[in-house]
Amino acid sequence: MNEPVLLVDALFPRGITQYLLGGILIGLGTVIIYLGTGIHAGASTFLESTLSYASKLKRFQRPRFVSSRDWRVVFTLGIVAGAAGYSIALGDFGWTTEVQPWRLFVGGILIGIGTRLGKGCTSGHGVCGVGSGSRTSILNVGIFMLVAIGVAQLVMAAGVTP
Amino acid sequence: MSGAGVVADHESHPLFLPLVFIGGAVFGVGLAVSQMARPEIVLEFLQFRDLGLAFVMGGASVVVGVTFWALTLSGRSAPLTGKRFGRRLKSMDRDVIVGGGVFGVGWGLSGICPGAAYASLGIGNVVILYGVAGMFLGAYLQGYLRESRVESGAAATAD
Repeated sequence: MNEPVLLVDALFPRGITQYLLGGILIGLGTVIIYLGTGIHAGASTFLESTLSYASKLKRFQRPRFVSSRDWRVVFTLGIVAGAAGYSIALGDFGWTTEVQPWRLFVGGILIGIGTRLGKGCTSGHGVCGVGSGSRTSILNVGIFMLVAIGVAQLVMAAGVTP
Repeated sequence: MSGAGVVADHESHPLFLPLVFIGGAVFGVGLAVSQMARPEIVLEFLQFRDLGLAFVMGGASVVVGVTFWALTLSGRSAPLTGKRFGRRLKSMDRDVIVGGGVFGVGWGLSGICPGAAYASLGIGNVVILYGVAGMFLGAYLQGYLRESRVESGAAATAD
């Protein structure tokens, strides 16, 4: 009788409300920009488009980066401001991660390479692409999800915490 | 600035940047509410200790999917840019697979992704700057390597 309840508790120890609500808001933010502009806003193109301010490499000076770099900065500032406003309102601004800096830095390098090579990240492929029913995006998400699960499990098995 | 003349027409609409900012802010609130701004929560998902994060991408892609689908079918154009509503479709090639794999290693190691990292900075998690610096470095490295590969390829063809 209680077994299904115990299973749900084990799989979702924090419940699902905040996850579902957060996901709907992420979708809503994307939809607001899309409704006004027709643009599918992803978060990782910002990395290359912002590099175009500082680097003369032809790769970063392509029109698609230069023409979108200003609004991508504004989009990113909006993300920072929205998250800041929410955490300040809740009184938990200033939380810091325990995950070790080397993991963030090395992980960051791989994320910078992988998302740009693979044409998108968790928002571009994961939200906009999957929402579009794009086979390219679904394949990309399937791969990064499986690989990330494998790596995170290995890291845990190797006893690297946090 | 070499790029100063290449400002897209749509950016000239006075409401364009305010709308992008508001959309970004709602997106950022969502990342904070969903706890994705905390690498620990993402790692717990990937390690099967709390599967709740599935509802984040699931919820977001359903909201986005319904909107993209309905507006694409409507055949209309966006009011601020005149851009025709469409779906996000990218071409398929080997880079999509390799890039997804490399991104997956980084995500599994760190528990961060680009949007969530920006939001993490917003909640005051300054340590995330190690990750953001890494992302810029990685994006620069791939651009540098791909450009030199293209140029050596072009030189080889010219010979």
